[in-house]
Amino acid sequence: MVLDPRPSHAAAAEAAAGRLDEKISAVEATKVYETKTGSVLALDRFSLGIRNSEFVCVLGPSGCGKTTLLWAMSGLHALTSGQILLDGEPVTGPRPDKIGMIFQEANLLPWRNLGQNIKFPFEIKGTTPDRDRIASLLEETKLAGFEKSFPRELSGGMQQRASIVRALAQDPAVLLMDEPFGALDAFTRDEMNLLLLKLWSEARKTALFVTHNVSEAIFLADRVVVMTARPGRHARTFEIDLPRPRTVEMTFEPSFIELIQEIKATVEGGGAHLLEVE
Amino acid sequence: MSQVPSELRDEIPSFEEKPAVARDHGPIDWTALTSVRTAKTALEIGTIAALAAAVFFAAEAVLRLTDTPTYVFPKPTAVVQTLVGDFGSLYAPHLWVTMQEFLIGLAIGSTAGLVLAAVITQKPFVEKVVAPYIIAMVTTPMIAVVPFLRLKLGFGLSPIVFAVALASGPMVLINAATGFRRTDLAKIALARSYGASTFQIFRKIRFPLALPMIIVGYMVGSIFGLLTAVGGEMVAASEKGGLGQRLVFFSSLVQMDKFGAVILIVAALGVGIYVLFYFIGKRWASWEA
Repeated sequence: MVLDPRPSHAAAAEAAAGRLDEKISAVEATKVYETKTGSVLALDRFSLGIRNSEFVCVLGPSGCGKTTLLWAMSGLHALTSGQILLDGEPVTGPRPDKIGMIFQEANLLPWRNLGQNIKFPFEIKGTTPDRDRIASLLEETKLAGFEKSFPRELSGGMQQRASIVRALAQDPAVLLMDEPFGALDAFTRDEMNLLLLKLWSEARKTALFVTHNVSEAIFLADRVVVMTARPGRHARTFEIDLPRPRTVEMTFEPSFIELIQEIKATVEGGGAHLLEVE
Repeated sequence: MSQVPSELRDEIPSFEEKPAVARDHGPIDWTALTSVRTAKTALEIGTIAALAAAVFFAAEAVLRLTDTPTYVFPKPTAVVQTLVGDFGSLYAPHLWVTMQEFLIGLAIGSTAGLVLAAVITQKPFVEKVVAPYIIAMVTTPMIAVVPFLRLKLGFGLSPIVFAVALASGPMVLINAATGFRRTDLAKIALARSYGASTFQIFRKIRFPLALPMIIVGYMVGSIFGLLTAVGGEMVAASEKGGLGQRLVFFSSLVQMDKFGAVILIVAALGVGIYVLFYFIGKRWASWEA
């Protein structure tokens, strides 16, 4: 018989106490998918806590369980073991009251024009669209005047800006973003990152941003959490002390480049070749 | 607190696979019907009109010069003359009979087909079990069962109505099912993340996603329905007649000018159906083009 020096409930209580100031957290999140070719361990005891108003990037190679983590945190998928805590309460399903999601590519509904796409969450929730808020967000994202345009008539960057407006119009406390700018070209991506930081600094949402692009992660985050490739495990956390507001010029500085190399070295052998540096 | 949504199947989230848009058309690619290029410029439209006029007057000239009798081939002017002159007395009542059979049958068949498609696509097992019957219904010419229906349902409009429903319903069903089978995981996840119910997912994601295929189903179903209505009347018409019955009647009397007029009406109905659904598709499904 193995003697555990600490009773498990005490350990759990201690863990919970340490998470009091966390807005949203994953605790020992483990996810196994059953596929035709056997089971796939996508996430292995991954823990992450995000404090209120913090911007965290989860960085990892493609197919390392980042989307799985995000879907679990948003309540879209159940975990095999472990749990997600939102304001200290377990998440067991979608939480439209507190969580907003921004998806890979823009995920706009092609049969709705831009204005109708932004109103979509209000329709689902049965609430009245906040016209002033939408108007000011459209203004800020330079989309004013395009409300009647259909997604296919807009560029990739405009589509993704519209999806940001759609999420922010709900004023969610937590913003979960799943490689939202992965499909965009480098210039548009820089532009989008700047816009995202601007909007975030104004509203100070708790933000989790998933990406496989190292410089994007450093540029955006207060903290970069590096994840290993299958199974998705926590590799290392980097505190990013770049001053805010951040500028594109910062990404050219030697310290920034060094940080990129250091982060890349962390995942060396763990799928670093799959990371994008730019 | 709500439950973890079940239709986001417990699989690795993958967006690599594009949703089956404009690719999955079931056994036959009906989009050929909706992808016709339309004339827009004055030159194009003018040329079409000129060609039609040329064919009309050339046929008239040839028939006059060769002195062909009407019972062999009616002159275009004679056909137009009886069509316009006798429309109210000879054709309109029968057009009305055929339209009633067609519209009522289509309404019943298409509604049943649409509802059935929405239901069966929710359960792959059910879909596989009913598939052979659907294929059998799609491929069986329903004109063939009209004499049987006539014996069972009497001499009113109902046998043809029933046959039209049997012909159009499976067409709507098979196309709508193809539409409902499209699942775009990312869009369902989007709706779910905002707390959408299963019914909201159906109404706001699945149905709009399926709508282009539903419209194609209605178009094909209508064309098959018209075919069955006219054909059924030719085989076993009601005591009220109908356009199909008129075709048999005029050809047996060798009144080929009147026969030609009925053909023109039937052709106009078919083209009308096509044009109607073409514009419905343009209005409600253009996002997919």
